[in-house]
Amino acid sequence: MGARYGKLMMWFFLLSDALTFSGFLTAYGLMRFKYESTWPIAENVFTHFPGLEGDQPLLYVALMTFILIMSSVTMVLAVNAGEKMNRGAVTNWMLWTIVGGFIFVGSQAWEWYHFIMGDSGAVETARQEILHVYNAEGERLSFSQIVHGMEEGHASNHGETFTKTEVLSSMKGDASLYLKEPGKAGRAFTHAESVAFLEAGDVVQGANMIHNEYGRKQFANFFFFITGFHGFHVFSGVVINFVIFYNVLLGTYERRGHYRMVEKVGLYWHFVDLVWVFVFTFFYLV
Amino acid sequence: MVLGIIKPEFLLTQVIGTSILNVVFILLTLVKAGYIVQVFMHVKYEKKAMKYALYLPSLILIPYLTFILLTEGSYLFS
Repeated sequence: MGARYGKLMMWFFLLSDALTFSGFLTAYGLMRFKYESTWPIAENVFTHFPGLEGDQPLLYVALMTFILIMSSVTMVLAVNAGEKMNRGAVTNWMLWTIVGGFIFVGSQAWEWYHFIMGDSGAVETARQEILHVYNAEGERLSFSQIVHGMEEGHASNHGETFTKTEVLSSMKGDASLYLKEPGKAGRAFTHAESVAFLEAGDVVQGANMIHNEYGRKQFANFFFFITGFHGFHVFSGVVINFVIFYNVLLGTYERRGHYRMVEKVGLYWHFVDLVWVFVFTFFYLV
Repeated sequence: MVLGIIKPEFLLTQVIGTSILNVVFILLTLVKAGYIVQVFMHVKYEKKAMKYALYLPSLILIPYLTFILLTEGSYLFS
């Protein structure tokens, strides 16, 4: 095949891993299309940017994607420098790759934290379906806005917990509020039906292993599972990159006479980027 | 990304099960993936035998899996 043993074996590992991730993503696609009316719309879920108030749908995820792709570019530069036996350049580019990887993992951790902590809050019916609160103008309201009033804005304190009684009394007091399914073409209910749903059910904030405020249960399950698996691959990639980086510093590859190890590790890193491109498209965009 | 944030109406028309906008996203993703594999991962410059060893299994198995899951899945709960 014209390639050395190590490189070929890395490729075969990547092929098997690619098939694994394809299995996960197609399972996700299956679930999502089956439950379209109650499946959350990603741009309504991932709306925050660390440190900024307000609504920036998908902006942080776009930044994460950009950082990961740039770290892939620096990895290519490292491999090229290795072919020319340019130790200084390899060190430099690998360092940037590791930094990019770390920033990505940290960002993903922040996304998880925010996802778990919750955003606007939702009503869970007795049959465990999730419904979101809307006002007469068709805007989604947060619990903070319902209970404390619109002047407080979307969430004066994201960590605040609201009880069912608080939300129920606020809902009863305002006949323009109604509940709606979170997905595309989700059904809307009248005020009376909405109050009945809440009385029979409960409020949900954030996400955990039992339920989540964004929509169907499986959404949170898939989110944690797929991004978790991917994040684990990124993290292990960062660790392996660091080990190779350390070896470059020690001069192991100068003594060996070739930088082929950098090339193999580069393949793994590009694979991680490739998977992310697909996860990003099917989870956040479609 | 820009297309996703400013969503022009005509792109939201439904075609083959989803909107044209989504089809654009998926096509662009495949192009991006192609470049990552060919250039970043160097496959463009490898020997033909290796290219076949990498592409043939994935291009047969992954679309097949997708096809089965989406087809059989549409019969679930219907």
